[in-house]
Amino acid sequence: METGSLDALDRRILLATQRGLPLVARPYHAVAERVDASAEEVMARMQRMLDAGIIRRIGAVPNHYALGYTANGMTVWDVADDRVLALGSAVGEIEAVSHCYLRPRRLPEWPYNLFAMVHGHDRAEVEQKARQIAELLGDACSAHTILYSTRILKKTGLRFA
Amino acid sequence: MDALDRAIVNRLQDGFPLCERPYAAVAAELGCGEDELLARLDDLLDTRILSRFGPMYHAERLGGGLCLVAMKIPPTDFERVAALVNALPEVAHNYEREHVFNMWFVLATETPQGLGDALARIEHDTGYPTYAMPKLREFFVELKLRA
Repeated sequence: METGSLDALDRRILLATQRGLPLVARPYHAVAERVDASAEEVMARMQRMLDAGIIRRIGAVPNHYALGYTANGMTVWDVADDRVLALGSAVGEIEAVSHCYLRPRRLPEWPYNLFAMVHGHDRAEVEQKARQIAELLGDACSAHTILYSTRILKKTGLRFA
Repeated sequence: MDALDRAIVNRLQDGFPLCERPYAAVAAELGCGEDELLARLDDLLDTRILSRFGPMYHAERLGGGLCLVAMKIPPTDFERVAALVNALPEVAHNYEREHVFNMWFVLATETPQGLGDALARIEHDTGYPTYAMPKLREFFVELKLRA
């Protein structure tokens, strides 16, 4: 399902919910009133968008720092192209990895193509998880490093107009 | 946070139900009342333990452009460049990281073509090159941040 199949009602639902779901007993009824549809229709549309992957999930986004995950390391790896797809899936299954992506290298300055976000209560925990990833990648990986975040400069999330 | 707050944070990370009384359904699973869950959730959002609650939309599947971008900014010029980059509404989040590549942000644009325009504007405004690193493949990961 591409954007083309998002009709005007889907789009109104998106605009009405992208900042959050109402904190009332019947939230989908509250959304329905705002988008001029029935609650049943709103739920059916949201289910369809979930099935199509347009909605990734309905849930809460925890603030890592507030939960005590103060060490936030972007671990980056230079992994052989012919093995990175299989290995990336395996890295994604490691407990501490919250996101895992294949990205283009930007040679010569940036040789890393596999990115895995690792959250820990301190840097030692992140480094221990990184060793676990290194073991898994073995000789398919020729270099890696960890970039710790030192400051959130902006965090507004995605917004659609 | 007490045990119930932790249970709420863990339970609500995925699979919030689509039904008439979803908070009541989750409250029943957690063994608390609907009103209690709503009040706790409101507090968790107010105190920023949760940064949001609701449906997460997938930007690319909506036809938009999404791209991770890195920049190398001399420390003495960092604040000026951060202000310029943050001023763009297309910049969804931006992190300072300890590395020669010290600024990392996500661009989200209405169309994929919009990414090139935003990158050109940032390079023009700041005077530094951008290193776009679009995602080529996303490996499935379960949400597992435990409170």
